Amino acid sequence: MYKKDGSNLVPVPSNAVIPERDINDMPALECKNLGITFGGLHAVENFNLTIGRTEIAGLIGPNGAGKTTVFNLLTNVYQPTTGTILLNGMDTHGMSTAQVSKAGIGRTFQNIRLFNNLTVEENIMVAMDNSMKYGLFDGLIRLPSFFREEKKAHQRALDLLHIFDMENVASHRAGSLPYGAQRRVEIVRALATDPKVLLLDEPAAGMNPSETADLMANIRKIRDTFQIAVVLIEHDMNLVMNVCEGLCVLNFGRIIAKGSPAEIQKNPTVIEAYLGKSHTNEGESQAAVDAAAEEKSEGSAPENTKETRKGGKKK
Amino acid sequence: MKRKNTNKYVSFALVIAAYAIMMVLISTGKITRSMQGMLVPISAYIVMAISLNLTVGILGELSLGHAGFMSMGAFTGTCAALMMLESVPNTGLRLGISMVIGAIFGGIAGFLIGIPVLRLKGDYLAIVTLAFGEIIKSIFNNLYLGFDKYGLHFQLLSEKGIKLEEGGRMLIQGAMGISKIKKISTFTAGFILIILTLFIVYHLVESRYGRAIMAIRDNRIAAESVGVDVTKYKMTAFVISAAMAGAAGALFAQNYSTITANKFDFNTSILILVLVVLGGLGNITGSIISATLLTILPEALRSFATYRMLVYAIVLIVVMLATNASSTKIMIDRLKARLGGNKEEEER
Repeated sequence: MYKKDGSNLVPVPSNAVIPERDINDMPALECKNLGITFGGLHAVENFNLTIGRTEIAGLIGPNGAGKTTVFNLLTNVYQPTTGTILLNGMDTHGMSTAQVSKAGIGRTFQNIRLFNNLTVEENIMVAMDNSMKYGLFDGLIRLPSFFREEKKAHQRALDLLHIFDMENVASHRAGSLPYGAQRRVEIVRALATDPKVLLLDEPAAGMNPSETADLMANIRKIRDTFQIAVVLIEHDMNLVMNVCEGLCVLNFGRIIAKGSPAEIQKNPTVIEAYLGKSHTNEGESQAAVDAAAEEKSEGSAPENTKETRKGGKKK
Repeated sequence: MKRKNTNKYVSFALVIAAYAIMMVLISTGKITRSMQGMLVPISAYIVMAISLNLTVGILGELSLGHAGFMSMGAFTGTCAALMMLESVPNTGLRLGISMVIGAIFGGIAGFLIGIPVLRLKGDYLAIVTLAFGEIIKSIFNNLYLGFDKYGLHFQLLSEKGIKLEEGGRMLIQGAMGISKIKKISTFTAGFILIILTLFIVYHLVESRYGRAIMAIRDNRIAAESVGVDVTKYKMTAFVISAAMAGAAGALFAQNYSTITANKFDFNTSILILVLVVLGGLGNITGSIISATLLTILPEALRSFATYRMLVYAIVLIVVMLATNASSTKIMIDRLKARLGGNKEEEER
């Protein structure tokens, strides 16, 4: 259906590459000169990115490169210091996080954020809140519209859970699920908001190899079924290189490379960012990137703490 | 889902059974006068505990000024009842209207205080609600309100400026509060209010509003990320909670002949919070039970005379420790599992 190499990627005016099939559509997401400073620290600067309507894109980079900050900028958790974000051609400047979600960005979190005391099904139904059409009073005295809408939402929650074959845990408490399952519920919850762009923050972190393989297949399935764009942050290079059509590499808050996975693997700047100054020659660089990837995926836990600490300071 | 539903039926069954038993005891005369006099306050405190549980347990915001809303409802509801003395001779109807008015004013107070308060988080919100409770107390302590055929006359600090026409009467007399209240509150009215409160809270929790409110409690950032308008839902929960407290205040006040603002001070707010914590955060059935027991307890300890409040405090500490000990928790869980298991079998 689509090739993994870069042959079907085409450059667009903002110097990004998106899949050929999306070139006639308006990009799902466009960032122009995006930047944010935290008390003099340029966490992200000069960030330009264009995501095609049905593209699966990856955002990679060493720990602390500013990847999650980019997600927080895209969802207006942070207001950017400079630049604009166009979602389907619409400027999201000044919107609240909730409004951005309504406008079409769904996301998951690096450190899982589920509604732990609600059931899996309720978690998903919360995300459908904006599409449910009954008022407070209808709910309190249980008018027919209440039952109709609740039934519809219940069915849709089960349908969405079916993507991951998780209907059987619908009535379990979300907080009681194992780690991998919680990550999947988070993805389903994000999908329930009917997003046009799905942002996944380290979806494979803490998953075992077979779960990761399932996840890869499911990310493609989600894109094909819902015809949406997916942007993911991930340290598992196997997943990134297999699933993503376009990659963007961040280091110290700046984009150091953009292109197809094949191009990125050969890019000397990227290898340097991951491993320090390269002493290897061209032929060994592939192995070097793979080694780096493995190291990173193992080291994702320390990054968690680092990011959290940083987040705390920012506030 | 199943467990929540059983909880709901337990609450309703408990309240209805208690009401039926009390009515039988009253009609056969097997109940002491002091006990009978406590039925309305118990009902009012149950409603207060349920409504504060909505704010603290379900919305997840600590409020230390809940007595303020009760006070608001008590004063506005009672004043309304006194003004309707001639126009509405039916006491039941008058009480009903006064509780509705108490609820409306409680809700308005909740909305007004909610605007600044709900922007705050955690401890800050608790402190501001505490201040709000004190402000309401001070206002009613210094408010003089009279009523005659020309309408309401009010003044702060002293009643000198209020000149009432013939047939008029003073409603609120500053620190003296409202006196010569017609005692129209009944246990049946309290019962109806509890049932209504349970109905609203359970239906709220099981609707999309309740889900969103609990989602905000569990993880505000995630709730925002899926498009939940945090301020709107927090406000909804807060106003409903305040309105219920207002209705309970109107019921409570009209069980006495005199009511003063000092009755609804910080201690009352804390007492209600104790009821909620003891019953379990988010556990409505627990709130009902703890409100009943802790309202009866001081009366039951009358025989200890001077040491009454000391014993009360010690009992409170012991109960808190006991319910939090891991061994009792395991026991309760086991009991629940057994009861739940039986229920499921019955359903099949």
